[in-house]
Amino acid sequence: MKNIEQWNNPYNEDKVIAACGLFGIMDTSGRAFSGQDVVKGITNMHDRSNGLGGGFAAYGIYPDCSDHYAFHVMYLTPRAREETEAFFTTSFRLASSQELPTRKTKNIVDPPLMVRYFIPPDGARNMDFVDDDCVTRTVMHINYCIEGAFVFSSGKNMGVFKGVGYPEDIANFFRLDEYCGYMWVAHGRFPTNTPGWWGGAHPFNILDWTVVHNGEISSYGINRRFLEMYGYRCTMQTDTEVVAYAVDLLVRKHHLPIEVAARVMAPPFWEEMQRQSDKERALNMALRQTYGSLLMNGPFTVIVAHQGEMMGLGDRIRLRPLTAATKDDLVFLSSEESAIRLVCPELDRVWTPMGGEPVIARLKEKREQEAMAAVRSTA
Amino acid sequence: MSQCSFKVHAYDEHDDRVCSASENCVGCHRCATFCPTGAISIRHNPLEYRNNEYWKAEAIEDIIKQAETGGMLLTGMGNDKPYPIYWDHLVLNASQVTNPSIDPLREPMELRTFLGAKPDMLQVDPQAVELKTLLAPQVPIEVPVLFSALSYGAVSLNVHESLARAASETGTLFNTGEGGLHRKLYKYGPNTIVQVASGRFGVHPEYLDVGRVIEIKIGQGAKPGIGGHLPGEKVSADVAATRMIPKGTDALSPAPHHDIYSIEDLAQLIYALKEATNYTKPVSVKIAAVHNSAAIASGIARAGADIIALDGLRGSTGAAPKVIRDNVGIPIELALASVDTRLRQEGIRNRVSLVAAGGIRSSSDVVKAIALGADAVYIATAALVALGCRVCQQCHTGKCAWGICTTDPILSKRVNPDIGTRRLVNLLRAWSLEIKDMLGGMGINALESLRGNRLHLRGVGLTDTELAVLGVRMAGD
Repeated sequence: MKNIEQWNNPYNEDKVIAACGLFGIMDTSGRAFSGQDVVKGITNMHDRSNGLGGGFAAYGIYPDCSDHYAFHVMYLTPRAREETEAFFTTSFRLASSQELPTRKTKNIVDPPLMVRYFIPPDGARNMDFVDDDCVTRTVMHINYCIEGAFVFSSGKNMGVFKGVGYPEDIANFFRLDEYCGYMWVAHGRFPTNTPGWWGGAHPFNILDWTVVHNGEISSYGINRRFLEMYGYRCTMQTDTEVVAYAVDLLVRKHHLPIEVAARVMAPPFWEEMQRQSDKERALNMALRQTYGSLLMNGPFTVIVAHQGEMMGLGDRIRLRPLTAATKDDLVFLSSEESAIRLVCPELDRVWTPMGGEPVIARLKEKREQEAMAAVRSTA
Repeated sequence: MSQCSFKVHAYDEHDDRVCSASENCVGCHRCATFCPTGAISIRHNPLEYRNNEYWKAEAIEDIIKQAETGGMLLTGMGNDKPYPIYWDHLVLNASQVTNPSIDPLREPMELRTFLGAKPDMLQVDPQAVELKTLLAPQVPIEVPVLFSALSYGAVSLNVHESLARAASETGTLFNTGEGGLHRKLYKYGPNTIVQVASGRFGVHPEYLDVGRVIEIKIGQGAKPGIGGHLPGEKVSADVAATRMIPKGTDALSPAPHHDIYSIEDLAQLIYALKEATNYTKPVSVKIAAVHNSAAIASGIARAGADIIALDGLRGSTGAAPKVIRDNVGIPIELALASVDTRLRQEGIRNRVSLVAAGGIRSSSDVVKAIALGADAVYIATAALVALGCRVCQQCHTGKCAWGICTTDPILSKRVNPDIGTRRLVNLLRAWSLEIKDMLGGMGINALESLRGNRLHLRGVGLTDTELAVLGVRMAGD
């Protein structure tokens, strides 16, 4: 097994620390728009990063093969590509593969080779379907067993683009102005070490879940040990990774609604619960009693996104900034209001969410589906 | 003069002076504390044997005593030998720059902890956003410090009352020990852990009903592997009634529970107690920390216990054979770390709360224990020190000059339950403030974010193996 810890955490610290700027836009009507606005927004917060990491997640960018798993893989050596592709060929029938379109830019030095693969839903060699678990296993295998290869995006109809550099340079490098998506999330990173490793930038991704994160979680040690009980291996040693796994455990495996998962990560104080209704208190107390080890303590703001949904959440005493805004069908989340105003000067509503209060943007279509499901279940 | 229950001071009428038999002095400081003129000072008697690094005074004197009596040597309090104290080799973290420390004077800081089994996952109705899972009974404590088992009979009723009232005022729990609960204290039931030990002294349905938590005592850190011994002299009428034994008889609890010869027998007792109380109370199992505690703890969790109490090498006692106290068991720091790690490796840490006991001296020991993986800690010696104890190790004599570890009606009046309660409440308040300060420094505002969070600990002066068992990194690493 290769030592991914060493790439991402060369000094073997407890965890990799970084501060950051975050920006997210979603058009809840599902209309796709180019990456220009998100780049403009995150660029306005240039000083929140230090050139050692920038990245983007874009949803709805591969409408022509929306049911295919899109793998974005970075290779440090030609051999890593050979090994990974050999592994792909034995496991899957690929629909297509091509190098990710990039642009040579002055500020991006020595990028790894980036290749994109599409795996169709019936593309498994030994099974008649490809599912999330199979994709997760594949990602884990490549990331932890093939030297020099790293899958940094593995969802359907979405893609992550990230690397070492300022976000605006990363965007230019990946030619994000040429993509159109209905939801964009961006991240500019200010790490306190200098790993210079492209995989360490945000967003952190597994399947179609992405997490961008600003903060240092002081409960990291126990969050990680709790997740390890449920079989997660925290090899990246970043706060972001535990947020991503916590959401995966709570939402995908334990089927909690995302707003309930938010209450696990940033729960109400015991005293606040005394003032809540019996039903609400019963739930909140049980959540904290059961998942107390997943409480994210210390300063953080995260944007967690997956297909059709984007959530902004800050820690319960609001130690890191988050501003939310809406304009018609657009929902914005940002570390700073100025970045939103730059993209969209006239807003319907701008607010600073309370600590621990999630801001959730959903595709209207998804909302309707949920409403239908609710009607069906009560009928 | 009358303060000394060990007969050090006497008045010589002939010479009209007070004389002292200093060889009787146990160093309890009662006389020095109460001397109105401050005339008494107590110093170590310099009478020494010929210097010998191997045959030290203690070894020689123990042999002399045994040659005289032909009996086991008894002692009180916890192990006083110079084994490593791991607490003192662990240092805590604090936030600087990248993460703001939290000021407990200005921000909320939460110490509330719930003892009891937690499920592996919750089911929530997604539409109604309503809880569907029924949780096992959860007992809240406002400070992660419980008063450990001190049985009525070993300690006086005034001590029991002080502990019960302080637990009740502070929002924590006190433990009856194996001697039952005096009816006068039933009103503190919601803050009481009722113990069921191998002698079953004082165990009856009402006793189980009145407690908040039931604890099965398998072992005790001061004397792993052996039962309790309350000498008949301490069994007064009240003690006898509470223990349900004849007055003046020795209360000897057997070494094992004679209905528990194996783990499945323990499961039966756990469920018998749960049935008897209609599944309304968590059941705790207390064991002494021994070599294979991790495997035992895993078995206990699987046997259905809601709480595991681990009592380490330094755990205290009212009376124990000296050889056992000083040589049997392992340090709580190591046992706690290995039990927490094992339960996590097996994915069952959520099923039990873990309470660490045995030698917790300060709020920093509490914080370190929680970072190693404890949900809460038990204190006994520290609580008694708050009541006046000076750790003179004479508990087994029944002559405690501070009136704590005695049932002598005159001596036990020396503990006033009003003052005792206040001092214990003060101690827990002071520790809470200190714990909050340490948490805030680490950038944490809820105790559950420290629990098992060993990244906030670093080791100094420990070997690689010690660090590995503790699951802690070397300072500077």
